Amino acid sequence: MCTYTTVHADMDGSAKGPGSAWFHAGRATVYFDHPVHAMAEHTLNIDLTDPDGDPARRVALELTAESARALVAAIQEALAAVPDELKL
Amino acid sequence: MYESMIATLVRIPGHAGDEIEAYVARPEAEFRRGGVVVIHHMPGWDRGSKEITRRFAELGYDAVCPNLYTREAPGASPDDAAAVARAQGGVPDERLIGDVAAAAAYLRALPTSNGKVGVIGYCSGGRQSVLAACNTDVDAAVDCYGAFVTGEVPTEFPLKITNLVDQLPNLRAPLLGLFGAEDRYPSPDQVDELERILTAEGKPFEFHRYEGAGHAFFANERPSYNVAAANDGWERIERFFGTHLGA
Repeated sequence: MCTYTTVHADMDGSAKGPGSAWFHAGRATVYFDHPVHAMAEHTLNIDLTDPDGDPARRVALELTAESARALVAAIQEALAAVPDELKL
Repeated sequence: MYESMIATLVRIPGHAGDEIEAYVARPEAEFRRGGVVVIHHMPGWDRGSKEITRRFAELGYDAVCPNLYTREAPGASPDDAAAVARAQGGVPDERLIGDVAAAAAYLRALPTSNGKVGVIGYCSGGRQSVLAACNTDVDAAVDCYGAFVTGEVPTEFPLKITNLVDQLPNLRAPLLGLFGAEDRYPSPDQVDELERILTAEGKPFEFHRYEGAGHAFFANERPSYNVAAANDGWERIERFFGTHLGA
């Protein structure tokens, strides 16, 4: 299916993308739909982009649902381990 | 079979006169023939979409596949362009209709044209094929597993699409529908609903549902590829376009 489901998150950070170049990652687009490369019918896809930049400046992830949940859990665990005064 | 063909990139005036990219494949032979507009799927104007376009040339049609994401990301690779288009909310229906109409006009202006043009789309393009056939002058339309022709669009979907139920009375071309019985978007119930509506409206249509096939069974580079369904589907497309786009 084409799920059409698309969720956005504004971000402030950096990502390393095409040509080993860093760029400002200002937006995450998250959706569950057909992957381009991963060998699965559907994947949780994340595009980290600079919304003001070249479309090719993109870090793309295509993760199975299980992998995506594992990533979320790992992020939560890493954040949970940080002292509150550093979470600014 | 027309194995000798010319495939090239062109720029055509699309909706509202915007210049858009298009991939064109034509038999390398002088005879009058129909045209086919190929509507690419949501992942973009990719290699698979261009392969399909060439296959129609091999079958004896002038075929064109417009890049529906030209405006969002000119010159970008298909997957990057698809990411940008998705992030910006997808292709508006009005623009899609204009781009397909422009592609059809391009085909009809070719010296080899017999004046007839069909449209075919896959996945999101399946819905867009029906949309185009309700709003533009085409002679035949093929919907390959397009979701939300019927059925309710979940309200949490940020892409602003609607179903096409209110537009189906305006369908102006015979419709071939090819669906996977295991698909959920469109579900078998949604295909049944479409069948009921077209029957009630007296619209000519031909539907085939493939047991064991899910969504995207034509996509031969994806795990969803289903050989039996795809092979039978191609034969039905050949016959359908042969019937409706012939001289």
